[in-house]
Amino acid sequence: MTIATDLGARPSRPLPFWPMVWAAALAAVMVLALLGDRFPALIDYPAAAVVPLTDWVSAIMAWLKANITWLTRSITAILGVPLDFALSLFAKNFKIGAGPEAIVLPRLSWVGIVVAAFLAGRAFGGWKLGALVGGCFLYIALFGKWTSAMLTLGLISIAVPFCIVTGLLIGIWAWRKPWAEKLIVSPSLDLMQTIPTFAYLIPMLILFGNSPVSAMIATAIFAMPPMVRATMLGLSRVPSEIGDFSEMAGCTARQKLWRVLLPSARPTLMVGVNQVIMLALNMVIIASMIGAGGLGYDVLLALRALKVGEAMEAGLAIVALAIALDRLSQAMARRQARGHVHGDAEAGPFWKRYPNLSLALVVLAATTIAGLFIPAFADVPKAITMTTAPAWKAGVSWITINLFDVIEAVRVALILYVLNPVRAFCEGFPWLGAVFLLGLAAFQLGGARLAILVAALTAYCAVTGLWEKTMATVYLVGISAFISCLIGIPIGLWASRSDRVEKIVTPIIDTLQVLPSFCFIIPVVMLFRVGDVTAMIATVAFAVVPAIRYTNHGLRQVPPALMEAAVVSGCTKRQTFFRVQLPLALPEIMLGINQTILMALSMIIICAMIGTRDLGQEVFIALSKADAGRGIVAGLAIAFIGIIADRLFGAWTAKARGKLG
Amino acid sequence: MNAAVDTGLSAALARPVDPRPIKLACRNVWKVFGPDAVDWIGTRDGRASSADLAEAGLVGAVRHVDLEIRQGEIFIIMGLSGSGKSTLVRCMSRLIEPTFGTVEFEGKDLLKVSDAELIELRRHRMGMVFQNFALLPHLNVLENIAFPLSIQGIDRAKREARAREVIELVGLRGREHFYPRELSGGQQQRVGIARSLATKPEVWFLDEPFSALDPLIRREMQDELLRLQGVLHKTIAFITHDFDEAIRLADRIAIMKDGEVIQTGTPEELVVNPATDYVAEFTRDVQRAKVISARSLMRPCAGGEHGGVVAPEARIASFSAGIVAAGKPFAVVNGTGKPIGEVTPQAVIDLLAGIDGRGARP
Ligand SMILES: Nc1ncnc2c1ncn2[C@@H]1O[C@H](COP(=O)(O)OP(=O)(O)OP(=O)(O)O)[C@@H](O)[C@H]1O
Ligand SMILES: [Mg+2]
Repeated sequence: MTIATDLGARPSRPLPFWPMVWAAALAAVMVLALLGDRFPALIDYPAAAVVPLTDWVSAIMAWLKANITWLTRSITAILGVPLDFALSLFAKNFKIGAGPEAIVLPRLSWVGIVVAAFLAGRAFGGWKLGALVGGCFLYIALFGKWTSAMLTLGLISIAVPFCIVTGLLIGIWAWRKPWAEKLIVSPSLDLMQTIPTFAYLIPMLILFGNSPVSAMIATAIFAMPPMVRATMLGLSRVPSEIGDFSEMAGCTARQKLWRVLLPSARPTLMVGVNQVIMLALNMVIIASMIGAGGLGYDVLLALRALKVGEAMEAGLAIVALAIALDRLSQAMARRQARGHVHGDAEAGPFWKRYPNLSLALVVLAATTIAGLFIPAFADVPKAITMTTAPAWKAGVSWITINLFDVIEAVRVALILYVLNPVRAFCEGFPWLGAVFLLGLAAFQLGGARLAILVAALTAYCAVTGLWEKTMATVYLVGISAFISCLIGIPIGLWASRSDRVEKIVTPIIDTLQVLPSFCFIIPVVMLFRVGDVTAMIATVAFAVVPAIRYTNHGLRQVPPALMEAAVVSGCTKRQTFFRVQLPLALPEIMLGINQTILMALSMIIICAMIGTRDLGQEVFIALSKADAGRGIVAGLAIAFIGIIADRLFGAWTAKARGKLG
Repeated sequence: MNAAVDTGLSAALARPVDPRPIKLACRNVWKVFGPDAVDWIGTRDGRASSADLAEAGLVGAVRHVDLEIRQGEIFIIMGLSGSGKSTLVRCMSRLIEPTFGTVEFEGKDLLKVSDAELIELRRHRMGMVFQNFALLPHLNVLENIAFPLSIQGIDRAKREARAREVIELVGLRGREHFYPRELSGGQQQRVGIARSLATKPEVWFLDEPFSALDPLIRREMQDELLRLQGVLHKTIAFITHDFDEAIRLADRIAIMKDGEVIQTGTPEELVVNPATDYVAEFTRDVQRAKVISARSLMRPCAGGEHGGVVAPEARIASFSAGIVAAGKPFAVVNGTGKPIGEVTPQAVIDLLAGIDGRGARP
């Protein structure tokens, strides 16, 4: 820490220390690379010395599986009850008894759910939101995805409350016990948020089997971190006077927490809930690989059979569901943040206090009962559903016939001139050199502790025998993130200078952000088939959002007074931008780049489904073979790439912030 | 340090000893922030200078404070920002634990009571009003005010009846169902006051309750407080950094500087007899006629004719117009009607013109 900061504080040293160090380091690595011909162990970690971590993890998992079946069985049984109920309620009908004389109670009527969605939207955001949310559900019904979508929704409806309650409790614990936060919760959250989604599936698959319950558990674990963070943040943000008040009013510790602090933190908690819902949706789609069913499964099947039309249709249904859930939960969060307003009917009967809720319940009950007699209420009638799959297919055929040459040229050019050279460079990079250079960078940015962490994590990737695959991942992530920034930062800059552009860009990136990562793959696969190019394009589309958002936000939040001061002191427009606005916005922009890298990483891993050859593929294969050791070890390697990038950028941003004071 | 400075005047100023019992007292209370502060001050047995503190790298937010607040008294703690007022009051209410010393509530050591007893004390006998109101955003006015009762487990009908009583008292009728963010600052603080009164506390802590309000509303709220006190007779510890506010409200004032109480006394004592230059500076812009009483301006009767009579406690401002118009001295008479001295028109004019020799500032 000290050396780096001391030198940073005094840049006008006679001898430019760091540039010299870097020159020497690069020269050393070059020598290392040249020696690689004679000593291949310098480039590729020697296979003989690979630590058999995979076997160890597999052994542990096998032992767990053998010895805690009673536990996993009972968990499955317990969680299966509410889950079954929800799935029956939304999608599957209730079946009581077995065989032909089983009594079948109907699921909720689709008409009722569409109306209830509309009413919920209206209650939280007026007619416009009501129309949007109701419209999304109607779209799902009319385009024939109702049952799949309701399966997905049913899973979410159980996973999300579970997540919220557990996240809340963990958040409270971490807030109460600073040591727990520092030693357990924060590191776990960091790791959880960088471990790829696939890696969650593997232990669940092994412990709980291929079932909706294991999908639900994976979803709940994956979606929990934002709730924990929101709880800790919300509680620490409650004004200290309110805490004092509760003590002076004579609250017990429990009353203070549950009746004063948590309700006061509600706006922040609701933001966490929104994030939980969106993450849960994302994960439920991916968890279709271990038995979640629903829309994700439709996409998966269609992609496997290369039926782009069907995949696109299911993908659009996911989009509709995502937009509906996001807008609805955001409206709820916003209403909390705006604060309460007294209404006319403060007291009074239930239906007067909650008119929308009461109406929704009545409509749901009425239509569901009506469904017993009128089939059109029970199931979406075939006659009114439509399918767009042929249209998509025709469109793709037209494009492939007419634009094949262009697309192919782009694809080949990208592969030949961009992807392959970078790939070759990355894969030929000596592992020892990477450990050394990254460690050095970490030392310069954050001191010895960071250097040790970064070097150790990098070494992990080599020592476990995954070096080549790691570099294959790094190369794809690097290129994708770079292109995302190349596109995103200028757009963000443009948006920051023109309100009109911002108005156009904001809804687009808002929507891009809520879409589950799966959805990005489908249209690209249609055009570019499978392979690295597709992965790269899908990743860029997915990861460009934070680059735009943070650039725009960072530039806009520079206090106008500072810019005016610059103008008054005679700066030209250019100077004002480069000397004042940009430096002040830089930390925020770097944060955006950091986010872009992390999102690119998570997307690249999912792209293993379309045939990349990297760590993602490793996890994907492990998943299909239920090979816990292989999957978890590779999953950790991916997480470590994310953590290294995040820590280095974090240290860099902190330094830039420090300089600004 | 905080005893009245011994001058010839002190005899004249001396009032009968306050017969009211001591409700709340601080005995050599310290609050020192920093690592191992408790041991540090403990080994010194509650004696340390600011140089000692600075050397140990500690922050002495409150230092050897001795105070006695009597029942039914409005006791004002004032000082500049950062002088330790809030910290002192938080020690008195035990929101934070003092590093050293004792706090006595009706002669009982507050720092020794158990958590359960403390909760009971706070539920029934203490109330507090906060600078930024500290209202619960998710409850409406009625629920906010009933909240302290609700956590005691009092049933809904009863606590709402009580809440409506105090709503009436602070003049918020008709707003029962408003939420805090729908109210103006003054109204919010009325809710804060009503809420702290709902439990009928005996001791009432107010930490800069009116500082977040604009001047007009602030005056209105001060009048409101005096009106309430006229009805309720609470023991009040009131924090402010505004000397005018202190003078309007106070029975007695304690002036704090850098964590120490440098003088305690009635507004008049502080004005007439500032213990240090710092206090004098504070009292400098006060309208002295509103603070100084006939007792401290009188001189022995010269035997001449009197134009009127006044009580020894009467503020000069209350009879200055009359005495100047009459052009003759007024007799100062005690309770039995016996003259104990007289106030001359010239003395009053001098005081109004600010050329009063007594309690002169440097
Ligand atoms: N938790 C703490 N840790 C360290 N120092 C503290 C802490 N709380 C208060 N202080 C210090 O104690 C001193 C007194 O603070 P206090 O809040 O009591 O002042 P105050 O007189 O109430 O000021 P104001 O008028 O601004 O409210 C300040 O110098 C403050 O920095
Ligand atoms: Mg204060």
